[in-house]
Amino acid sequence: MNARDILALLPLILTAGTALVVMLAIAFIRSHALAAGLTLLGLAAAFLSLFLAAPLAPRQVTSLLLVDRYALFYMGLIIVSAAVVVLLSYDYLERHDAHREELYLLLVLATLGCVVLVASSHFVSFLLALEILSISLYAMIAYLKDGQLALEAGMKYLVLASASAAFLLFGVALIYADSGTMNFSRIRELSANASGFSLLLSGIVLSMTGIGFKLGVVPFHLWTPDVYEGASAPVTAFVATTSKTAMVALLLRYFYFSGALEYRAVFLVFSVIAIASMCAGNLLALQQTNVKRILAYSSIAHFGYILVAVLAGRTMGIQAVSFYLAAYTVTLLVAFGSVTVVSGPERDADDLEDYRGLFWRRPVIAGVFTAALLSLAGIPATMGFLGKFYVLAAGASVAAWALILILVVTSVAGLFYYLRIVVALYAAPSESAPIPMVSPRAAFVLVVLALLLIWFGVYPSPLLNLIRTTMAGPDFTAHIGPH
Amino acid sequence: MILVWLIGILMVAGILAWLSARWNSQLPRWISLCAIGVDLALTARIWADRASSATKLWIDEVDWNWVPSFGIHFHLAVDGLSLLLLLLTFLLGLLAVLASWTEIRERVGFFHFHLMWVLAGIASVFLAIDLFLFYFAWELMLVPMYFLIVIWGHERRVYAAVKFFLFTQFSGLLMLIAILALYFFHHRTTGIYTFQYSELLGTQLSPGAELGLMLGFFVAFAVKLPVVPLHTWLPDAHTEAPTAGSVILAGLLLKTGAYGLLRFVIPLFPHAAHRFTPVALVLAVIGIVYGAVMAFSQTDLKRLVAYTSVSHLGFVLLGIFSWNPLALQGALMTMICHGLSTGGLFILVGGLQERIHTRDLGRMGGLWAVAPRLSGTALFFGLASLGLPGMGDFIGEFLVLLGSYKISVSITVVASLGILASTFYALRMVQRAFHGPNANAWQFPDLTPREGLMMAVMVIGLLLLGLYPQPVFNASRLALDNLQREAQSPAMTLRR
Repeated sequence: MNARDILALLPLILTAGTALVVMLAIAFIRSHALAAGLTLLGLAAAFLSLFLAAPLAPRQVTSLLLVDRYALFYMGLIIVSAAVVVLLSYDYLERHDAHREELYLLLVLATLGCVVLVASSHFVSFLLALEILSISLYAMIAYLKDGQLALEAGMKYLVLASASAAFLLFGVALIYADSGTMNFSRIRELSANASGFSLLLSGIVLSMTGIGFKLGVVPFHLWTPDVYEGASAPVTAFVATTSKTAMVALLLRYFYFSGALEYRAVFLVFSVIAIASMCAGNLLALQQTNVKRILAYSSIAHFGYILVAVLAGRTMGIQAVSFYLAAYTVTLLVAFGSVTVVSGPERDADDLEDYRGLFWRRPVIAGVFTAALLSLAGIPATMGFLGKFYVLAAGASVAAWALILILVVTSVAGLFYYLRIVVALYAAPSESAPIPMVSPRAAFVLVVLALLLIWFGVYPSPLLNLIRTTMAGPDFTAHIGPH
Repeated sequence: MILVWLIGILMVAGILAWLSARWNSQLPRWISLCAIGVDLALTARIWADRASSATKLWIDEVDWNWVPSFGIHFHLAVDGLSLLLLLLTFLLGLLAVLASWTEIRERVGFFHFHLMWVLAGIASVFLAIDLFLFYFAWELMLVPMYFLIVIWGHERRVYAAVKFFLFTQFSGLLMLIAILALYFFHHRTTGIYTFQYSELLGTQLSPGAELGLMLGFFVAFAVKLPVVPLHTWLPDAHTEAPTAGSVILAGLLLKTGAYGLLRFVIPLFPHAAHRFTPVALVLAVIGIVYGAVMAFSQTDLKRLVAYTSVSHLGFVLLGIFSWNPLALQGALMTMICHGLSTGGLFILVGGLQERIHTRDLGRMGGLWAVAPRLSGTALFFGLASLGLPGMGDFIGEFLVLLGSYKISVSITVVASLGILASTFYALRMVQRAFHGPNANAWQFPDLTPREGLMMAVMVIGLLLLGLYPQPVFNASRLALDNLQREAQSPAMTLRR
């Protein structure tokens, strides 16, 4: 390992260093502002180091990590969303009296897991990163809340995540038994001559359990509503955006490098998962009156849409996935950010009633929340629309008419529950309800994000060009054969 | 550039109106009036300049790169057809602002923001000739309309607004799939990625694909128009919307559906449209008769007027799919006159509701003695609606029937029964509301000068169109000829 390798790994090293620094700082001085400040500083440094690493990409550092522009793009997305979660958490924790500082430590560790995940090109780094992420998440989900719900959510996540990780490990073992390698890109060439074709196939399908669990797609979705509801709002934002983004990035790399989607059975299983997620997510959300649960079910559906683009494949599908994830991250940060800022010290504002008439009392927050909901619903002039457009385009480019028709039909059902929240926001407020206190700092962050949501929704070219250049590099497209 | 101004002025004025409300609640109204007035003047100027560019395809156009990586352009263009519809948009926009002058008292600034933006969206729909931009505007105009209904609407506003939104979204997404499919099919044959209307014209498609894509577009426009099995959002949305919302829904939003059929469905997919013609004609006739019968059996005055739209827009569909010059001129004429006469009726019903707080026909009666000017105007619009010669609606429907006679006699015969039925509902409305004894002893003021002015504009407009329709035909002839040429006009004749 030489200096250039270290430079290429700088974003990872800085993130890990931040965790150490924050831990040491907490040990000596218990200061909420200091912990949050150090975390932000470290994340900012990690973000800036992406630009140092960019000229070196693509660079294979040991056989475990591949730092290419694809990985760097996702690291940027992950670090920025983690920083936004830090900002949201700061105001949220200020309203609670508890040990506040350790949340940042956990958050940085989880972020570390995510950035390693997107650079993994090997099962070992994949599993290590996944465990760093999961273990931090158990603690984050159960953090702070003294209520039953948070503990239950944490336990649920712990048990299910461990079980799914076990399946994943078994799958990896089978793949290794068949091909003798844990390197994504060598699986295909080595297993081509092997006799145990079905062994490899079962390995791939089993490994989908672990991935599908993290994404919360049907049939691995049962934890989503409970965890979303039980965890505090900023943590939910992290679970919903950062960790899932990293997982999709890994999924794409794993599948395209190993050529897994070229097996008919895998393709079929994935199609079924996508269709079931779109249907179940959108239909189950109709029954809910809890905003966090609605967003949980909607996330199931949205990852169903993303899988449609994954299935479409080719360069266009990968670009669509990337754009969709960027749009989804910004949108959900705004949505959960809105939930965070209107939450009081006793409980999170997660009931639909908490939002009745919010527009007439807190127009800015209700306005940005509306923008996020319209983006989730895929209404033009938001990033969500362009994301959906991109996914539909990717589907249409490979003539996957059935999938995109199902997408359209189910997303109309989805519209219904987004509109329910919008209706509540603009209804006449009840006189007795208290007016939520909103911190100006958090409101500012949300407004900036919402403007971003609309700016890229109307003028997406800068983001599109970035994605095109990162995904079109020889390091990635070499692995994407014709479908 | 002027085309961008048309939209930009409305959007900026909408924001100004919203902000200005905190200083003075009348300010948003005046800002909106001025902005629409300026747009009307600009459109009139385009109309005046039209002669100098009589031979070009577009009178004026703006073409900017928007999202180059997808081949998306910000491409606006105006021809005679869109020019007429723009004039109608801004005229009805003015009336909508005036109609809400006393009706809307709460959240005035926010109301005018939505009003301006829905008009901006409609104007963009009439101007956009890049299919992506068209879809963008098509969806975007729904959002402010949804808010107009859901915040300022009547009793069942949430139900109506959500239903309206879901219907249009679903059909819109089907159109989006069709647009994308067309985009890729075009790329497959030419190697070019583009959403430009003029380039997509004449794309080579297999008959099956063409039919599928045409249906995708048709459903989107049929929901808006509305065509009968897809019309159920309409009575609810029209009834629950505030007056300005009803005027814009009936006068303009429905016309975007007809415009889409004229501009996109038939020129882009001429062969499939030809194959589809018998179905479309039957649907049109069903709409004409069904709308009239339903209107006849309503007791809610606003719902009655809403159902008449179903009937009138059936004539538009009939005219469009007859696809000959007479029928197309008639369809366009019906679109414009329906905007005026139905807009007028909605404003009258809104005024009446403001005065007596009911729309129930059963509780009215004998109002003529109380408010003769209001009742007289209602009679005028009622007569216009039933197609009395001398008013614009007559010209439109007459031409449509002349045109469709060349296509199918039997269809035309049934369609003319619709005119007969319209006599029943129009006269029943006038009789029940304004004649007879004043059982509830209503007492209220007659039309105010503001309302009188609005009515005068619409009455004069309808009479002008009815007595001297030639300017409309002159303005639209070239555009309609172009559309027919682009569609390569496969001889549309059915066996009689």
